[in-house]
Formats: sequence, C-alpha cells, structure tokens
Amino acid sequence: MNYDLKEICKDIRCDIMTCIGHLGVGHIGGCLSVVEALAVLYFKEMHIDPKQPQMPGRDRFICSKGHAGPAVYATLANRGYFDKKELLTLNQGGTNLPSHCDMNRTIGIDMTTGSLGQGFSCAVGVALGSKLEKDGATIYAMIGDGESQEGQIWEAAMFAASKKLDNLIAFTDYNKMQIDGTVAEVNDIAPLAEKWAAFGWNVIDVEDGNDVEQVEQAVEHAKLGLGSGKPTMIILNTLKGCGVQWIVDLGTANHNTNVSEEQAAAAIREIRGED
Amino acid sequence: MEMRAVYAACLAEMMENDKHVVVLDADLSKASGTLALYKRFPEQMFDCGVAEQNMASIAAGLSSYGFKPWIESFTPFATRRICDQVAISISYAKRNVKVVGTDPGIAAELNGGTHMSMEDIGVIRSIPGMVIFEPVDEVQLRAAMPVLNAYEGPVYMRLFRKELPVVFGEDYKFDLFKADTLKEGKDLSIFVSGMLTADVVEASRLLAAEGIDAEVINVHTIKPIDRETVIASARKTGAVLTVENHNVIGGLQSAVLEALAAEKIPVCAVGVEDRFGEVGKLPYLREAMGLTVENIVAGARKALSLK
Repeated sequence: MNYDLKEICKDIRCDIMTCIGHLGVGHIGGCLSVVEALAVLYFKEMHIDPKQPQMPGRDRFICSKGHAGPAVYATLANRGYFDKKELLTLNQGGTNLPSHCDMNRTIGIDMTTGSLGQGFSCAVGVALGSKLEKDGATIYAMIGDGESQEGQIWEAAMFAASKKLDNLIAFTDYNKMQIDGTVAEVNDIAPLAEKWAAFGWNVIDVEDGNDVEQVEQAVEHAKLGLGSGKPTMIILNTLKGCGVQWIVDLGTANHNTNVSEEQAAAAIREIRGED
Repeated sequence: MEMRAVYAACLAEMMENDKHVVVLDADLSKASGTLALYKRFPEQMFDCGVAEQNMASIAAGLSSYGFKPWIESFTPFATRRICDQVAISISYAKRNVKVVGTDPGIAAELNGGTHMSMEDIGVIRSIPGMVIFEPVDEVQLRAAMPVLNAYEGPVYMRLFRKELPVVFGEDYKFDLFKADTLKEGKDLSIFVSGMLTADVVEASRLLAAEGIDAEVINVHTIKPIDRETVIASARKTGAVLTVENHNVIGGLQSAVLEALAAEKIPVCAVGVEDRFGEVGKLPYLREAMGLTVENIVAGARKALSLK
C-alpha cells in the first residue's frame, strides 16, 4: 500500500500535539523533529505487520532517544498497532504509553530506552542477533544529537563497524539543540559526518531532515549499503519543534515544555494549514 | 580445578547444546578462562573490547532477539562501572542476561584497590529484579551453571576465578533459591557466602573444641535471600554472625539484618569495615581486612555474648 507520507506526517504531528496537549506537558520539540523519519520507516520502508507485532524476521526500530516516545506512539497508532484513543493515556498512572519507550508495556516497541546512549548499543545487539539468525532483517535506530555526547554511543559505533553490521541503519536527529543550550555551545559534536565516517560507517547527510522526500531518498540510498560491510548513519538536519511555529520559537526551551489543550488545538490547525 | 575452568567448561557445554547461548567479553576473556572458546564457538563468543557499558546493552539487545547472553568482566567493571546499564538495559527491560564478575573483593589481589570491589553486592542488590549468586566451590558452581542458564531473568554471579577448597560433596543438590545448611548447631548461626565458606567450616571446628555448637549456613544466593532458612536458624540459635568478602554495608550482613529486622536477635559481622581495598596477596589481604579464621571465631564468641 502506498501512503501519502506528507499527510501521514501531518497526522502524526497532530496526534503528538493531541496527546501532549491532553497531558499538559511533554518532550514536544524532539518529538516533532523526528516525524518524517518515523513516517518513512513505518509507512514505507520497514518490513512489519501491525497485526503481528512480534513477527519473526521483522525489521525493527529502536528509538534510543527514548524521550521521543510520544512520536513513536503516534506513529504506531496511525499504523494500526493500537487504537488512537490510547494516545490520551500518555504518562497517566498505569498507562502503556510511558514518557520513554518500554518494550514490556507498548505493542510495537522493540526496545526499552530512555537512559541515553544505551538504546543504541541495544540496537547494535539486535543487529548482531539478526546477523546470527540470518533472517535478513534491517535494524533501524534513532539517536539524538545531545545523546551523541554519551561515550557509549561511540563504543557502539566502533563495535558495529568492527563487526561489519551492515544491516544497521541509524539516524541522528541533528536538531542542534539540547536542554542547557545549543549543542554547539554545550559540548559540540561537530563535525558529525566526519566522525561517523572515521568510525567506519557509511554516512548520508540529509540537508533537510524534515523534508519527507529527502528522508525517503536517504533511506533508499542507505538500503543500497545493506551488504556493504558497513553500518550506515543518516544525519538528519532537523528543526526542533518542526511544524508548530511557537514551539520552534521557544528554541532550546522546547525540549520539555507545557502545552495547553488550546495551544494544541491551535497547533493542529497550523499543521493542517487551516489558519 | 580452578573455578574459571569449571565455569568455561560449563559454558562450552551450554553453547554446544544451545546456539542461543552467547558470551560477551570486555577484553578479559583470558582472565575469565573463556579465551579458548573463541575458536570453538566463533558465532557465540564476542569480544567488545574495553567497553563494558556497550557490552551490557548489546547483551540486552541480543536477549530481545532470543539469545541468552552471558557477559563477563572483573567485579567492579561488571557492576559499579555499568550500574545504569545493568539497571536499565538489563533489569528494567526484563532482559535475560547473566552478568559475571570475577575476582570479588580481596580476590583481586595484585590488581589492588581500583580492581577490588567491596561494594558490588550492595550496588546490584538495590536494583529491582536482580538475582545475586556467589558460588562456594567448583561442585556448587558446576551444579549452578545450568540452573542459572535455565533461569529466565537477570542474574549477577560473583565468581572467584582460581582454585577454592571443596566444601560440597559430589551428591550435592543445588537449589538457586534455597540456602545450604553445611552444619547444624544450636548455639549460634553463621551465615556465609563465597570464598570464606571453607574458613567458616574451619572456624566451626575450632568453636566446637571450645564447646560452642555453631550452625553453618551457606547463603549462595544473596538476593533474593532465603528468608525462611535464615529466620528459622536465627530463631533456633538466638545469635547470628555473618561472614563476607565484601563491605559490611550493603552485602550479606545487610541482607541478613533485613530478613531479621523484626526479630530480637543479635547480629555480628566479619567483613570489610567500609574501606577500599589495597594491593597485596591473599594472606596479607585477609589480615588487613580482618577476614581470618581467628576473626570468625572471635566474632562468633561476641555474637554469643550478646544473647
């Protein structure tokens, strides 16, 4: 089935706004910046079946920046893993949709993440597992740019290249912002493409990681690297808060911020182009 | 036989029988006794290099793919260094990963204070979901390995690498969650884990010569502690001594005290008195840390005097 990915991105963004607006607070900026990548993976590229979330040999996605959980949940709900109504339970006591991804609670979540750096190593372990099982799966992972300051990211990078895990395609959500300031101010990770190349990875630099066509092309290009002996890093130059202007305008304050239901409703109109 | 040789032989048997058993190292396979297994099981042995955090989380990822990973390093690097990875990637995520720390406490000898974990049990014991097992001798280790492998959940094993006096007979029956009574007695209960168990057995003979009838119980699984056996023995004898190659804070004494919190029974301890390790050979370190048979005897007398 061919989906209209631009429309899917709008749907995911609206659902992120709805669930975080309903709750009143959340990691809104870094949820909105990864939407295009999620749409491309779950609605085009991944070999998955929402009716069989544990299907052997399925492609897997590990969101190492676990605080983007609400974006993943919105994507899973749109893809039919669970009812969209469940999104309104985000972070409520007893919910199956906690702030950070939890494989034991949420249908469709392949790994528990949230302590930064660890999910990426887990993804490398999953990629190794798939190689050992020879099941042909492709393993996708998403890391944050602030997260890339964790030493464990580079331990995992070294191991994945060393073990030739070319079934691993990772993304960096390079939105250039973290909690305490810009990434460049706090502890610069530049030059990022050169670092990944030096660690032995194929690197694809996407000029606009919030342009769904560019992301789609990058993943298609990355898939050509399956079998190349190298894992691939797709650097997505993104905008933190993308899609909702007032959230973008908050700058580094948009990492985890209050969102009222009225603000969410206005944001949804903005995303739908109704204003 | 060295404990690591038994450990490696058990791993080899498990890997032979089950392709999903995998072992991950952080550049210490030689020390762990598993180096020779790399040639025999190239698709089940992985050296992550000096990167323990990555090793722990990779194991969690492998476990999500149906593998049964064992990760190994020296005790401080398998616990305090990767505490968050053990807590989150492994236990919080309910991953079936076995964490093996070698050279516990004073066993690190010439590597000295930096490599000497006096706190590893305390670190791991406070993480929900973790089981902590410390073998006494090769008989218990051999009996435990398949049980640990079959147990679906995270376990930390605190493994002395070299030779240890054999305490258990060949007819030994192992239960992961049941403490072993080595000697019944009526005057006091001595609870011990790991390498000091043989010393406690020796101390109990010296105590018997003084007319003191000590009950000796090996608490091989420190978490979850066998409360039933601990409480029943303590109630029977009315005095308790704990003996451990670990800080007296957070380890066996703490676990026993927690089990006995509602009992009015005196508890004394022989263990490392809240200090770091230092370099030296075992005889020196036993003296320096007070982990001697004489101290165990003295500790028993003290516990008795508090009855």
